[in-house]
Amino acid sequence: MSTAVKKTVEGASPDPKASKNGKSSRNGNAFTAGQKPRWVWAVVLAGALVVGAGITVVLGGEGFSVTGWLIFSAILYVIGMYVTTRVMENRRRATDGLWRNLVWAAFVVALIPLVSLLWTVFAQGLPTLIANPSLLTEDMSTTNGATDQATVDEGESLAGGFVHGLIGTLMITVLATLISVPIGLMASIYLTEYSRGGLFARSITFFVDVMTGIPSIVAGLFAFAAVQLFVTTFIGTGPAQLQMVKMGLTASIALSVLMIPVVVRSTEEMLRVVPNELREASYALGVRKWQTIMKVVLPTSISGIASGVTLAIARVAGETAPILVTAGFLATTTWNPFNGWMTALPVYIYRQLINPTAPGAPLPSELRAWAAALVLIVIVMLLNLIARIVAKAFAPTKTGR
Amino acid sequence: MTEQVTEARDPKSSPITKSSGNASGDKIFAGLSYGAGALILVVLAFVAIFLVTESLPALAPTLFSDQDSISSADNFWVYVVPLIGGTIMASFIAILIATPVAIGIALYISHYAPRRISTPVGYVIDLLAAIPSVVYGAWGMLTLSTALVPVYGWLHDVLGFIPFFSGDPSTTGRTLLTSGVVLAVMILPIITALCREIFLQTPKLHEEAALALGATQWEMIRMTVFPFARAGIISSVMLGLGRALGETMAVTLVLSGGVFTLSLISSGNQTIPSEIALNFPEAFGMRQSELVAAGLMLFIITLAVNMVARAIVNRNKEFSGAN
Repeated sequence: MSTAVKKTVEGASPDPKASKNGKSSRNGNAFTAGQKPRWVWAVVLAGALVVGAGITVVLGGEGFSVTGWLIFSAILYVIGMYVTTRVMENRRRATDGLWRNLVWAAFVVALIPLVSLLWTVFAQGLPTLIANPSLLTEDMSTTNGATDQATVDEGESLAGGFVHGLIGTLMITVLATLISVPIGLMASIYLTEYSRGGLFARSITFFVDVMTGIPSIVAGLFAFAAVQLFVTTFIGTGPAQLQMVKMGLTASIALSVLMIPVVVRSTEEMLRVVPNELREASYALGVRKWQTIMKVVLPTSISGIASGVTLAIARVAGETAPILVTAGFLATTTWNPFNGWMTALPVYIYRQLINPTAPGAPLPSELRAWAAALVLIVIVMLLNLIARIVAKAFAPTKTGR
Repeated sequence: MTEQVTEARDPKSSPITKSSGNASGDKIFAGLSYGAGALILVVLAFVAIFLVTESLPALAPTLFSDQDSISSADNFWVYVVPLIGGTIMASFIAILIATPVAIGIALYISHYAPRRISTPVGYVIDLLAAIPSVVYGAWGMLTLSTALVPVYGWLHDVLGFIPFFSGDPSTTGRTLLTSGVVLAVMILPIITALCREIFLQTPKLHEEAALALGATQWEMIRMTVFPFARAGIISSVMLGLGRALGETMAVTLVLSGGVFTLSLISSGNQTIPSEIALNFPEAFGMRQSELVAAGLMLFIITLAVNMVARAIVNRNKEFSGAN
């Protein structure tokens, strides 16, 4: 440590002689002396690329793997920079540079799956969707193994579609929103406006946090068990009655369990930032508490609440597992979430992938799944975008008078 | 006419009380909001109660059903323990991969990247969080698994002596390790978002003091940011673990399941959520109870993990930003 400090101090002292003789690499600037020249990283990078290529050829044997080459070069570059800095400067700066490079590497590593995923979905889904716009308007009722086989063997156009999935997702999500927004809104009003930080309020906050961690499939099982209990207790235990349990409404209940905590958290946060002066001004005018909440507090925070609700909708619209166990899947279109099985778009994707329509020719099913995945991503991204725009555009002006 | 007179005399209709609405509205509103809060607690309690009721036949077949044992094994624990093992293995792979990368990106956003890069990067991370899990599953099943096949062959050749990499490498790449990688990608945004918030809340004065004493950027981060954020990092990793434990589609689509095995690169293993998703649609009677009971085990595990994480966050509420 002490030598390192000494070295830095020595290096930092002005050395006019060196600059005159042109020995110093950076014109003898007092602040950059003792640092390695700027071009070092390029030399190390070039060296890493060359050596990396060599290692890849030796290890790889047959065929040159570009991925392997890039990985080896990246590792060599990070090590090379550490060693070079350590030799040319000191240990502390070398460690600093090492971690800087590793942090950058983490960023690049995280980008790879995202780019790969988006690329795959767009490259597979977009051409399919453009070539077969009927995917958006047809369901799977007339599609079977034979039609898919014909698509593969005789080049017939892609049959079927996922309009039933779109309708199912729409109905189930709308119902879930209708259930969870009032409950979530009222609960957060209780937390911010009525509670005085007692045990009841604290346990609600704690368990809302815990609820955000409920596995989605457990939420599905809960909704299924709850509806089954209701049906067997009040309607009957015959096979026809048990068949009733699986419907769009059950899926909506499952999604509500996932949605309520998200709505409570975001709404609570928004209500808390409403300035107390507004409430006090309203009380001073003799307005009752519930009217203050309805006419002052909620309108002030409505943009934040709407944006939070939209994000919650976006989250549950992409859920698969809870809908799979509560609403099943269907090949035909139905608008009725209160009777019979219902397909949601994510479940459609899942079924097409895991259980292709034509087991011998899974390609048409895969193409339909990618097209549906593209539509689903676009829906979810649009909802996210709307949430951001709503939050920004309708935000109350913060300037006080 | 007489009616009007009585109305005017009635104190209830005086303009003062009229303008402020009626008092019962206040009571109703307070009651409704209290009820909504209570309903949330009731729902959570019902989740536990319903799961227990539905799984009793599988937990104790002799007492609660007319069968001697459950349908897929001798007793429930023989059935569920390998599933728990698979679930935990997949989640730990995900945590091992995601934690360092997530902390790295969080540091990148909070301390390394210039502002005009860090804001879009934050958006990109949020974007990752918004992609539905079934799309991740599809990507893992059709793209990532094939890309990893040569890697598995190489791992088997070089590290085959470790039990995790013994066994025949899968030719489709649809293994527990692939599932773990997909899970890692899925929980990355959660851990990153939480860590970023905490890192950004490090007191600026601490950081500047460290830099003024001559610390390099990394030394500053090690001396001020990490000690400040330790509890927050732990809890965010645990929240990520909770998400990984309960994630269904990434595993269901990617993994070509089977009996429990230590090998991560051959097909086999199964996780609880995936087992439920694969079998529940066709299940009835005892099989259904088994799956609900497996779900109950998952519920208990994730509840424990989440409660510990939340307790850590709440205890350090004053100086961490993870809530």
